[in-house]
Formats: sequence, structure tokens, C-alpha cells
Amino acid sequence: MNKSMISAFAAGLIFGLGLLVSGMANPEKVLGFLDLFGNWDPSLALVMAGAIGVGLPFFHLAKGREKAVFGSQIQVPVCRTIDRPLVLGSLLFGIGWGLAGFCPGPAVVATGAGEIKAVVFTAAMLAGMGLFTAFSRPAATRAAT
Amino acid sequence: MTIDWTAFTPWSALAGGAMIGLASALLLVLNGRIAGISGILGGLITRTPGETGWRAAFLIGLLLGPTIWALFQALPPIRIEAGYPLLIAAGLLVGIGTRYGSGCTSGHGVCGLSRLSPRSLVATLVFMGGGFATVFVVRHLLGV
Repeated sequence: MNKSMISAFAAGLIFGLGLLVSGMANPEKVLGFLDLFGNWDPSLALVMAGAIGVGLPFFHLAKGREKAVFGSQIQVPVCRTIDRPLVLGSLLFGIGWGLAGFCPGPAVVATGAGEIKAVVFTAAMLAGMGLFTAFSRPAATRAAT
Repeated sequence: MTIDWTAFTPWSALAGGAMIGLASALLLVLNGRIAGISGILGGLITRTPGETGWRAAFLIGLLLGPTIWALFQALPPIRIEAGYPLLIAAGLLVGIGTRYGSGCTSGHGVCGLSRLSPRSLVATLVFMGGGFATVFVVRHLLGV
């Protein structure tokens, strides 16, 4: 186990604890936030604000740098085009999010908490990701050759 | 729209959010990688050479969060109302959608907005809008 594995583990752990502290790991609370036209719980807007408030200076700091502290190349997305996959994919994700109240991080954390319904959701989500990979690979290969 | 003040938890939301931001900053500054959960899970499925170790380590940390938490105090409530068919449909949509759209609440919502990425701003507005619209339809039109 090297340093970069330990830091990735620590980041995952802090991320997971943050989801628990914030209430985002609880689908009931997430749906309370998404119920904008009902009895709205604005809490999760503050989760985003807190996360971006802390993240912003670090992402700004990393801009223009090539290497991370542990030596690997800093890899941030370079694609800038707003295309159909981005919009359509995000829309499908939003619909799924609104149906169950789970997005990927909280689903993993609730799985770690032993919630059987979260295990089922996460399994379906991984199946969806696998399906996407299986069906998009031929296209990706074509684009690469 | 009315605001549910009894459910509003501004301080824990801000504190938890700050922790999520800190975790994303750590992974960026130390490892040079984006803490996007759907990207990490998807990357474990496609197994890019040299990228599996840190992804697995991050995922194990995320999974162990509740266990570590439970060593010190009782876990906060996790209430899942949806039944199994709905959970499976929602899971498939989230899995396909996040890969097709190249990110989720963490990758686009936290990291992307922290990078001031226009793509991530569009993605975040679309999935938030999709979530608001879906809950509106389910709760207020269908009355489930």
C-alpha cells in the first residue's frame, strides 16, 4: 500500500462521513430537498454551498499545475462542449435521483451501512453502468481508430 | 412552495458539505484526481490500467464511513421509501445517466462547479431540474 492509496482511502472516508453528517445519505431528506413545489427542505443547497466553498480555492490552486503532491499528473476533464450525451445523461440521472432519492455516493454509503434497499439500488446502478459500457464500447472503439 | 423549517438543518448541511469539499480537495491535491463517484465506479467497471488502485481505495473508504461512524455514535437515519421495483428502475437510470452524462452530484455538482466548468454547470442544472420535476410529478400530480 503506497501513499496515494492511503490518501485516496482517506478522501473516500471523509467523503462518506460528510455525506452522513450532511443528511445526503438519507433519501428521505434528499427527496425533501427535491420537493421544491411542496414542503421544501433547503438544507441540501447548503451542502453544495459548503462543499464548493471549501473546494473552490483548492481547484483554483491546482489550475495550471501539472503534478499532484504524490507525483501523479493532475487529470481534470478537458472537454468543453455542451453536447447531447451531457444533457440527456444528466436528465436520465435526475429522473432516477428524483424517483428514489439516491445519487451514487449516498447509495454506496447507505450500502456500507447495511441498508438492504440501498444494496438493491446500488446493484441496479452498477448494472446500468455496465450496460452503458457494454453498449458504448463499440462506438468508442470506432472513434479511437 | 413552502419552506419546511422543521426539517431544515443548516449547520449539519454546511459542515457535511465542507467535509465533502475537503475530501474532493484532498484527492485533487494529493492524487491529482477528481472525486466523482460515478466516474470512480464506472472506472472500476472498465478497469483503466493504473487507475484501479486509488479508485478501489476511495470506494473502500466510502463504504467504511458508516462502520467508522458507528464506533463513536449511532448512525443517522437512512429512510428509503421507494419499493424494490422503483429502486431498480431508479438505479438503472442513475447508472446509465451518470455514465452517459459523464458525472453525478459529486463529479459535476461539487468538483465541476468548484472548477467553474460550464459543462458541469449545465449538467448540474439539468439533473437538479430533472429531480425537481420528477418529485413534482410523483408527489403532486400522481399523488403517490
